[in-house]
Amino acid sequence: MSIAFLIIALVTLGSAAVAMSLRNLIHSALLLIASWAGIAAFYLWAGAEFVAFAQLLVYVGAVSMVVLFAVLLTRQSRVDMAIAPDALRRIVAALLAGGATLGVLFGAVVSAPLPIAASATPVTVSVRQMGQELMGTHAAALLIVGALLTVALLGAIILASTGREDPPGVAPPAVAPPTRKTS
Amino acid sequence: MTLVQLSRVTPGVSDWFFQSLSSPFIAAAGDSRLERLPIIARDLLTSRLPEPWRWWLNSLLAILVVLFGFAILFALLTLVERKVLGRVQNRPGPNRTGLPFTKLRLFGLGQPLADGIKMLTKEDIVPRSADKLLHFLAPVALLAFSILTFAVLPFGRNLVPVELDAGILYFFAAGAGTELAVFMAGWASRNKYSLLAAMRALAQLISYELPLLLSFVPVIMMAGTLSTTGVVEAQAGWKFGFIPHWHVLTPWGFAAFVIFMVSALAESNRSPFDLPEAESELIAGHLTEYSGFKYALFFMAEYFGMCALSAMAVTLFLGGWRAPLPFLEIVPSYVWFALKLFALLFGFIWIRATFPRLRIDQLTRFAWKFLVPMALINLGTAAFWSLTCNWSGPLQLARWAIALALVAGPFVVMGRKLSRDYAPRTYRYA
Repeated sequence: MSIAFLIIALVTLGSAAVAMSLRNLIHSALLLIASWAGIAAFYLWAGAEFVAFAQLLVYVGAVSMVVLFAVLLTRQSRVDMAIAPDALRRIVAALLAGGATLGVLFGAVVSAPLPIAASATPVTVSVRQMGQELMGTHAAALLIVGALLTVALLGAIILASTGREDPPGVAPPAVAPPTRKTS
Repeated sequence: MTLVQLSRVTPGVSDWFFQSLSSPFIAAAGDSRLERLPIIARDLLTSRLPEPWRWWLNSLLAILVVLFGFAILFALLTLVERKVLGRVQNRPGPNRTGLPFTKLRLFGLGQPLADGIKMLTKEDIVPRSADKLLHFLAPVALLAFSILTFAVLPFGRNLVPVELDAGILYFFAAGAGTELAVFMAGWASRNKYSLLAAMRALAQLISYELPLLLSFVPVIMMAGTLSTTGVVEAQAGWKFGFIPHWHVLTPWGFAAFVIFMVSALAESNRSPFDLPEAESELIAGHLTEYSGFKYALFFMAEYFGMCALSAMAVTLFLGGWRAPLPFLEIVPSYVWFALKLFALLFGFIWIRATFPRLRIDQLTRFAWKFLVPMALINLGTAAFWSLTCNWSGPLQLARWAIALALVAGPFVVMGRKLSRDYAPRTYRYA
């Protein structure tokens, strides 16, 4: 437990916590991305260089864009931006989804066989070995992650496209520009 | 074997960041005094210091040299760009501003300085309804991300600021952050043109990120390493004593190089892909609400990104700091690197002067329907090239023929198919 680890943990968890409490969805999304970058920093701290850079490339580079596009495309007006946990149904659904995810992850982490005795000299792994591991032993995991990301992307597109279904031939209603609060 | 263990590739991560310029000397042909000049100069400054301090100062020196070197290159590049553009368009370009406090005019060499002072003294305007924090953070983040990419570039023999085992991955991971900065700039400006342009810029950056990443995968496949020095090492030597083993001189390498450079043009928002800052349609896009020094920072980041991607192209395909011919090795490696870098940068400027800007639909169609399939096919070509590496004699000719056909065939077929409904064009009003 070093100071670096504490700082990384603080940044990761802190930005995630603040992201949940903010009303502005864009700010939340950006803080979520900061949290992902924190996770990448943790991988780096743990000595997993490849995973850290892959995390940065995939999450900060690509998934962040999916999130931001989803936020901008699904929110039609600024009134829609603020979401309050008003309905009981919503709370229950959130707790169920969160609990299920936590259960699955916790179960996986606890039941995973981890070799405790790490060798004193760090293993050097070549790109070839890494590729063979990813395409052989962990091929299923890789495919599942790929399918998951594709489904998420398709979901974002469907969410964005079902928002405005105008009957053909009818001009879209004139939408008043969102009013801005000038302070 | 878990993934975390799998990627445990370096001994100590605590020292990965400042492990600067400290790789051991490689006794090679070009290990002359001139070649080691930067390291000798550094040692003159820091050799008297005790160990931890020396290491810190060495790292600091490396950072300062890279920062100042590229800042000066940026300043000169703006002038060179304007001069070359002027030459192409048959006008002199900036030639009035001389060196300060002298009567020397020197073809307008003082122009970057004057531009810098102008940018610094301009009023910094922030829209009243803008998101103040993000509006400020966007140029800073953009510049920071583009400076980070310089860390792993091998500028010469033993001249790598940070020696990383996953260096190439680091380069592109750091570059991925620029998209975020563009979004922040567009959204924080609270201006519909900015937001629209930022979304358009994101669509472009994401589209071209894919061929960019796919085009260097063959290089990693052939070199068998993700480290930048390893890739340069893989391109050592000459065939028949005069053809260098550069990746660009193989069929797959040539295709990958062209795809890489086209994607690099788009990634650095350079013409003919400079839609994000389209002055005429979107009033400079996400830069609309920026003025003064922040605007200058955006341009600095653009030039830095261009330099970094060109330097990466030199490293991946053009043999890095290696000399093209054996007897030319007396010229130090960093000079060769600089020459190749300048050649590519000049190419960027030349392209800007020559080609008209694309439309957004042409741009995305080109990326998804042409560059991505070409890059994927090129992966297959590289695999073929790698599998047939021990063919010899007449089989060597067959190897070249098949590989060339694998590159040229899809290029012709897809190019025809893509431009069937669009070319040849007739311009009625032009």
